[in-house]
Amino acid sequence: MQDLQSIQDEALALFSTIEQPAALEDAKARYLGKSGILTERLRALGQLPVEQRKLLGAQINGTKQALEQALVQRREQLAQDQMTRELRAQALDVTLPGRGVLRGGLHPVTLTLQRIEALFRSVGFDVTDGPEIETDAYNFTALNIPDDHPARAMHDTFYLDPAHVLRTHTSPMQVRYLQAHALPVKVIVPGRVYRCDSDMTHTPMFHQVEGLWVDETVTFSALKGLLVDFMRCFFEQDSLKARFRSSFFPFTEPSAEMDIGCVICQGQGCRVCSHTGWLEVLGCGMVHPNVFTPLGIDSERHVGLAFGLGVERLAMLRYGVNDLRLFFDNDLNFLRQFATR
Amino acid sequence: MKFTESWLRTFVDPPFSTQAMSHVLTMSGLEVEACEPVAPAFTQVVVGQVLTVVKHPQADRLNLLEVDVGQEKPLQIVCGAPNVKPGMKAPCALVGAQLPNDLVIRAAKVRGVESFGMMCSEKELGLSSEGHGLLELESQAPVGVAVRDWLELDDTVLTLKLTPNRADCLSVWGVARELSVLTQCALKTPPVPDANCRASHSGPGQDPAPKRQVLLEDPRACGRYVGRTLHLEHPERPTPSWMLRRLQRCGLRSKNLVVDVTNYVMLELGQPMHAFDDTVLQGNLSVRWARPQETLQLLTEQTVTLTPDMLVIADQQGPVALAGIMGGMPSAVTGQSRQVFLEAAWFAPQAITGRARRLGLNSEAAHRFERGVDFMLAQRAVDYATQLLLEITSGTAGQLVDCTGVIPQRERVLVRPERVRRVLGLALSDERIAGLLAQLEGQMQVSQEPQGFWLTPPSYRFDLNIEADYIEEIARLEGYDNIPTQTPVASMRLSARSEAVRDPAELQNRLVHHGFQEVMTYSFIAGSELEKFTPDEQGIALLNPIASQLSHLRTTMAPGLIHTLRYNLGRKQERVRIFEIGRCFRLGPDRSYQQEQRLAALIYGLRYPEQWSMAAEPVDFFDLKAEVEALFPVSMTPRFYPCTDHPALHPGRAARIALEQTTIGWLGELHPRLVSGYELARAPLLFELELTPLLSCSIPHFVEPSRFQPVRRDLAFVVDEHLPLDALLHCLREAKAPFVTELDVFDLYRGSGLPNGKKSVAFRVVIQDTERTLTESDLEITTTALIAAVSSAFGAELR
Repeated sequence: MQDLQSIQDEALALFSTIEQPAALEDAKARYLGKSGILTERLRALGQLPVEQRKLLGAQINGTKQALEQALVQRREQLAQDQMTRELRAQALDVTLPGRGVLRGGLHPVTLTLQRIEALFRSVGFDVTDGPEIETDAYNFTALNIPDDHPARAMHDTFYLDPAHVLRTHTSPMQVRYLQAHALPVKVIVPGRVYRCDSDMTHTPMFHQVEGLWVDETVTFSALKGLLVDFMRCFFEQDSLKARFRSSFFPFTEPSAEMDIGCVICQGQGCRVCSHTGWLEVLGCGMVHPNVFTPLGIDSERHVGLAFGLGVERLAMLRYGVNDLRLFFDNDLNFLRQFATR
Repeated sequence: MKFTESWLRTFVDPPFSTQAMSHVLTMSGLEVEACEPVAPAFTQVVVGQVLTVVKHPQADRLNLLEVDVGQEKPLQIVCGAPNVKPGMKAPCALVGAQLPNDLVIRAAKVRGVESFGMMCSEKELGLSSEGHGLLELESQAPVGVAVRDWLELDDTVLTLKLTPNRADCLSVWGVARELSVLTQCALKTPPVPDANCRASHSGPGQDPAPKRQVLLEDPRACGRYVGRTLHLEHPERPTPSWMLRRLQRCGLRSKNLVVDVTNYVMLELGQPMHAFDDTVLQGNLSVRWARPQETLQLLTEQTVTLTPDMLVIADQQGPVALAGIMGGMPSAVTGQSRQVFLEAAWFAPQAITGRARRLGLNSEAAHRFERGVDFMLAQRAVDYATQLLLEITSGTAGQLVDCTGVIPQRERVLVRPERVRRVLGLALSDERIAGLLAQLEGQMQVSQEPQGFWLTPPSYRFDLNIEADYIEEIARLEGYDNIPTQTPVASMRLSARSEAVRDPAELQNRLVHHGFQEVMTYSFIAGSELEKFTPDEQGIALLNPIASQLSHLRTTMAPGLIHTLRYNLGRKQERVRIFEIGRCFRLGPDRSYQQEQRLAALIYGLRYPEQWSMAAEPVDFFDLKAEVEALFPVSMTPRFYPCTDHPALHPGRAARIALEQTTIGWLGELHPRLVSGYELARAPLLFELELTPLLSCSIPHFVEPSRFQPVRRDLAFVVDEHLPLDALLHCLREAKAPFVTELDVFDLYRGSGLPNGKKSVAFRVVIQDTERTLTESDLEITTTALIAAVSSAFGAELR
């Protein structure tokens, strides 16, 4: 008769070769089933003397436990193998792109406008907008530019009728805003403006941001401080150089042009700054008494500062765009370069 | 304003380099726009005189020259210039000379003949972009002298970008005056012509009395008129080369001696002048306003019809010049005019301004008079021009005609040091202010009194009228750089923005997240597009459009978006999703200009970029409708009505969008007629909405959520094929069925199992109460009410 150890060895060897759960259960039956080898042996114990029965019974039970334990392990192994196979079969190529991705972007002029607005809002400026069809009176006369003033010739104005123009600058909003709001005021006005001029460096439509701050403590040196701070923040260059040159606008006095050190060549001289190291970026000044007086504002008590900056110019410098006209060609290959957020 | 540095330095000669001087001018408001050398660098080019010209033995087009360059022996030089002739003087580059473009002259054999130098054209010296043969020098040019010296080529041309307030700097003398104040360097006053010597070159002496009287009909328009008749012996004489050089380098063309001299005086002193052919003038002159229908042929040869707001110089026959703007052709001075009448006048800016522009004339005189000319300068200018002419050619000078009308009165202005400090934010002491004003003392009267400084401006400044003008002047003299850059201080008032107002940026961002690219198109469209898209609106035409396809203000943004689509399809884009925010313009019923902001978008091509995980399907109406719906705040429900009459949209695939019965926009597929008109492969979908209504939203208000289970009931109705969903929904909502919290369509079915001409619409109804769990009978009441409503309204049957 086969000894128990060899039965156990044989059974364990058999279990370990079985790959299918059903075959494993069949193998289990062969040893532990109703007429399994070990079951038969246990059944045969009854004919043995008590002493022998106890001893052999314990041995058979030991073998039985060993087989059962092996079976459990093998079952788990097979289940695990099965899971592994299934998971492998379900695996995806995770390097394929996600479904239905949509990506758009804002126009670079909008990005620039949003940045300018955020900076001025951060020091308490309100933001408003104004009409693009403007009366001749607001666009010129109220800004101390009477009929036939030579400054009008600099504006290349689009006329709709003798009394209405497309605004040539955002400055008329200085007057409109002062008419509508009690002092002190602190506001910027972004918007489209128009000049009938179209060539390499001019488009008939472009954007400006007007700034106006009227209060009792405003000074020319505060104007300088505000604008230098703005340019440094806008270009994220703490040591950006700036200078103010005397200039002329009929609606400010003193008037100044602001130059910044060329952000392209860092002042070394390049094509963009015409090898001067400086870039003209905005016009500014203290509000002219001739603007205040018709509005009933007491120039003795209130002082105003005002500035107007060209948005496309700043966008070009900020993003390195070399042709103004690109902004209005709307080539998607150009515009998508600005969808970096 | 263009002038040469050497001319400027004859009046004021600060010990600065050209660059440092330019910087001073630029910072003070006289922006130096360009600063260019008269000639590029070159060396060892001297005046040479051609002695002999012999044909080159080996080459037809070359000559052998003997050239005297002031050395012991003449040089043998091979030359190919066509205009070479014995005796002529021309620049000669010696062996070792460096010419522009890095050319170095060496002794060389040219076709077997030795050549010791090169005769030069203007092009070879970099003086001009063209060179037609040798640059012929005047016969008096001294042989052997450096050409740079003879032609005064070591000079710089400065171009000022002058602002309109600084007309006083529209002359070399004016710029010098300003530079003298800025640098505190002495100003050399131009010599005052000696009235007694006027005719000293002339022989016979002065005429005893002026022949011609001048009447100022409007003494305010013409405040001063000075004139003189001159008899010139040799009016045909060429303008001296030194004068020609200055004129040319300042950008003026030479006409003839008399005109050149008047231009020269204008450039130097700033006084525009005119010269008439005296023999053409009939009798006395008057300065008067033009009469209706008078005409005048101008120097440009165009004949203009004058209007009564144009000031003219007239003789007994009629106008002979447009005062302060341009002379007339018939009385123009030529090189043969032996008797001329010189004019220098002061015209009030408002009598001149705008007229030249209206007539399309480019006039140096008008440019100056419009901005303000020194009203004390006229006689000096006439005397100076007289002196120059009589020095250049002999002749006699008539007596001065001098009429004075009303010249500006200069008011004194009080400048308070306290005010200066307050506006500038600069702690300038009274003494410092006094010191700065003292720099101006040569120019204006300054007197110090307890309340401040009383200042009276000079006759040539038209921009100093009020205290603020002087504050600017003080700031300029102090230097803007010396005014501190101070971080401003302001009160910390929060700027209140309502939570119930959305920023347009929210809408922009939403569209960007949905794959739209923002564009910016011009606010102009063609008149024909206005007809195509908005034939019923009153468009607005520009009086002066820059191009015919940009002749009107846009009434809709659709054409701009379609052009952008076409532009990009032409650049191989296949899928386009774009939007724009901007104003559209139209005339309102009361002829007022309407200019509200709108938001418009266009989609074209595939719904998603072509990709592995989705079928490539083109966009349709409902793709864009979803975008429109997503733009409205949850608190607002727009309604969509079929729109069969939009001229640019497919009549079966377009909707009018309304809020509370007010139309605020449209949505749809481009009309097939326009699709083919614009040569598009398929139809884009577009919408346009007024922006303002989209910007309001509601502030959230808490409502207790129900603790009781919601129940869903699905109801499918069989209705007529053409019944719009909106009507069904509206009817269900109005049925006042209790406890309904949600009501949405979830299925639409047409086809087998349904009668012809019918469709099945399935609704999901969510029923819930906040007070209790609903019973079957509650639900029954609700569903019955819904079914009854659509059944009675549309004969709908439950499927």
